[in-house]
Amino acid sequence: MIEFDLDQSDVRELNAALHNSDIAKNQSKWKVRNTKGRHAIAVGIDETLEMLIDGHVGYYCAGMNKHANITVNGHCGPGVAENMMSGTVRIKGNASQYAGATAHGGLLVIEGDASSRCGISMKGVDIVVKGNVGHMSAFMAQKGCLVVCGDAGDALGDSLYEARLYVRGKVASLGADCIEKPMKLEHKAELKELLKQANLSDINVDEFHRYGSARTLYNFNIDNVGAY
Amino acid sequence: MTQEENLNSWLKESATFPRHVIAEIQRAAKTGLYDIRGYGAKRHVPCFDDLLFLGASMSRYPLEGYREKCDTSVTIGTRFAKNPIELKIPITIAGMSFGALSAPAKEALGRGASEVGTSTTTGDGGMTPEERGHSSTLIYQLLPSRYGMNPDDLRKADAIEVVIGQGAKPGGGGMLLGQKISERVAGMRDLPQGIDQRSACRHPDWTGPDDLEIKILELREITDWQVPIYIKVGATRTYYDTMLAVKAGADAIVVDGMQGGTAATQDVFIEHVGIPILPAVRLAVEALTEMDMHRKVQLIVSGGIRSGADVAKALALGADAVAIGVAALIALGDNSPEYEEEYRKLGTSAGYYDDYQDGKDPVGISTQSEELAKRFDPILGGRKLANYLRVLTLETQTLARACGKSHVHNLEPEDMVALTLEAAAMAKVPLAGTNWIPGVTKL
Repeated sequence: MIEFDLDQSDVRELNAALHNSDIAKNQSKWKVRNTKGRHAIAVGIDETLEMLIDGHVGYYCAGMNKHANITVNGHCGPGVAENMMSGTVRIKGNASQYAGATAHGGLLVIEGDASSRCGISMKGVDIVVKGNVGHMSAFMAQKGCLVVCGDAGDALGDSLYEARLYVRGKVASLGADCIEKPMKLEHKAELKELLKQANLSDINVDEFHRYGSARTLYNFNIDNVGAY
Repeated sequence: MTQEENLNSWLKESATFPRHVIAEIQRAAKTGLYDIRGYGAKRHVPCFDDLLFLGASMSRYPLEGYREKCDTSVTIGTRFAKNPIELKIPITIAGMSFGALSAPAKEALGRGASEVGTSTTTGDGGMTPEERGHSSTLIYQLLPSRYGMNPDDLRKADAIEVVIGQGAKPGGGGMLLGQKISERVAGMRDLPQGIDQRSACRHPDWTGPDDLEIKILELREITDWQVPIYIKVGATRTYYDTMLAVKAGADAIVVDGMQGGTAATQDVFIEHVGIPILPAVRLAVEALTEMDMHRKVQLIVSGGIRSGADVAKALALGADAVAIGVAALIALGDNSPEYEEEYRKLGTSAGYYDDYQDGKDPVGISTQSEELAKRFDPILGGRKLANYLRVLTLETQTLARACGKSHVHNLEPEDMVALTLEAAAMAKVPLAGTNWIPGVTKL
């Protein structure tokens, strides 16, 4: 295992080592300590490795991650796992705004709450939040699934495209063009699998509601002017 | 006098309601839609035409045309990047997306730019293998939509351009209309085919310059501080935007004036938001100078650059390089009289075509129709663009030599005067024949 103490070395050294394929290919276990809210920790990884980040992190932790499985034993600042392509990012605490923004793939698990705009413009990632999500979550979300085991804030799924939203608790309000849709067997199966991957198999999929796009804003229509 | 001549002699057109205004009101009433179009602002605004160079004479020493060297090279990204960009000419190709443009058109931009040693830029929708393959220096745009954004392409780029806005629509997002969303474009953007694709007006994961500083840090960490990071803004509050971009850590700043083109924007936006590039250059240079960052953070300006005279004047005001968009498309063949008959079928004429949003471009440039795109030869198009870029460069050198400059960057405001009060005030050069700079010196 490689250990980085960010009191002894800086984030640049950590990321440089992670991007050095001679090092990263031969080291499958990584641990980072004394994070102290530093920004851009473990960004741009392109290797299959396991990383434990022990502590709170600042902005953009695990940004653009590919392949790596990263666990943050703490809270996260804005933009965790932004534009992630693959792999898994698991947050033991809460996540600030824009969690999983524009992410294309992989799995983001937030065991606490996520702030506003969780999954904004997501493009294929699956996000599972054990707690609540803030307002404008899944804004303009294109692909993938957002699973909220708690409540969702205002304007959930505003201007939604093809992403699927599953919410177990209350939804303060739905955004433009976001509607509740029937929870069919295929959706329950999909949700069950996502909860299993998130280590939340004990949660009953029957307690969830599904939300998706009404697709009325897909092509400009003057009759929808009130929604613009 | 014929009956028609007799009629024309007493008809008086309204200055407030000329025929094009009447036609727009009638069109709006009929459709209930605002006018969306491509191209840039069509109204007259103070521009580089309102400036003149003072060639050398008794007090200045000119350089010999065709003999004495007048260097045109420019280095961009010297502030933080390990690998700054080296360009042979100070004229770059602005960001234009695959989606807005056909794949062969993007290829031609890469071919033409590479032939003369300059850069081209991706645009919204991601990087295509064609443009990467044919562009020796490629700038990868990070836009609010993040369509097609991925770390592999990010690491293939020679520089990254964080787009805050563009001159045609500062403060506005974009919309690629469904008719241009082919299967390939849809796939690159992770959206269904045929639907309108909204490009957001704000970035999804930062909200202000303090956040942007951290975002840029992340981009540098992902790319190991190898490549320059530009920030592009539409020209509005340019002085402050430039200062904030420097503070956010930009290696280079791109300022796009209101004349800058677009693939699809509301006409009201194109014509009524933003400021011309003429005052914007000066404002950006003043901000950089005040921060002791002029020539340390490179300034690229765009928006209505057409000739070597425009290039030379932009450089003389303090820019390090310019970018061209609409002019590059025209060089490729956009609005060519060769297709006059087809332009007529679309209700327009060569020289007037601006419906880039419709995807029916007869020349095959601003389209995703395979049939139309096939008409466009990327090799020939690339050669035409290279020719045009060479002409711009020669013209710029001609003017610089006339002012006695051995490098085009040695041109300075002192080499110019203004023809109009407006241009004198905006560019802060004297009104021709006087020492008067309105707002700076007393008459």
